[in-house]
Amino acid sequence: MTPDETDRRILNYLQEGFPIAPHPYRMVAEELGLTEEDLLSRITAMKEARVITRFGPFFDAAAMGGAFCLCAIAVPEERFEEVMTKVNAHPEVAHNYERTHRLNMWFVLATETPDAIARTAEAIERETGLTVLCFPKLQEFFIGFRVAA
Amino acid sequence: MTLDATDRQIIAATQAGLPLVSEPYAQVAAELGLSEEVVCDRLRTMQASGVIRRIAVAPNHYKLGMTANGMSVWDVADERVAELGQKVGNLDGVTHCYERPRALPDWPYNLFAMLHGSSREDVEAQRAHVAAILGDACRGHDILYSTRILKKTGLRLRSRKG
Repeated sequence: MTPDETDRRILNYLQEGFPIAPHPYRMVAEELGLTEEDLLSRITAMKEARVITRFGPFFDAAAMGGAFCLCAIAVPEERFEEVMTKVNAHPEVAHNYERTHRLNMWFVLATETPDAIARTAEAIERETGLTVLCFPKLQEFFIGFRVAA
Repeated sequence: MTLDATDRQIIAATQAGLPLVSEPYAQVAAELGLSEEVVCDRLRTMQASGVIRRIAVAPNHYKLGMTANGMSVWDVADERVAELGQKVGNLDGVTHCYERPRALPDWPYNLFAMLHGSSREDVEAQRAHVAAILGDACRGHDILYSTRILKKTGLRLRSRKG
């Protein structure tokens, strides 16, 4: 499916937030000049077509006791596949991307406790013989995750 | 805040998404054997304390034609990073914006902003916007495009006892 103008208005609106109230869809529908039924069927269709990845509460893993850290390694080109296999073997590695830089491997560690971040990074250093640079967030600038639809 | 067993139940029941029915919180409550009021109160408390960052839609950037993205990184004077980071975060198309530690001498950058656009030119135009906002507080910058997704499993927090 291709989202039409109304779908895009819905996406833009719902990126900002959603009410906690008995009939939240009706409230949003009224704001957007739609019926509750139309709103629900459009959200459902966009979810099925995977235009919407997720709709619901977004939990802060740190507030729930987890920890995250962005890490990077400068991997020699000829060792890339080998190092990737070793890094990805850790269940704590949630995402891993190859990027255009001397630091060419960027991954996110997600662990249940803060000290597991350092332990995992050290384990990867031991296994690969390469330095793992850690870039924990010091400050997050709130953006509401908006993308103009 | 400390989460109790009820909070964790509500988190588990809504982690995959809210039900797409007229009374979604009542449905979650019914599944858990709670009242709608309790579910709504708990959600409001978690939102106020930051455990819930927001209740919202996460659009699929690719399906909306935002197929290009780059991790832009900036070396910003420490005393101005809080003020300027907020301004960068307010730009449309910026989906994440963080201050992170430098790793000298390899890595002089302390502000990270993920830029999204419909093309690499779009992303470069956004990068120019960011550069204009930062002005002479910025001593150097770079952008890293992803060339390959090597792993993407998302977050899996194991359930814990409340």
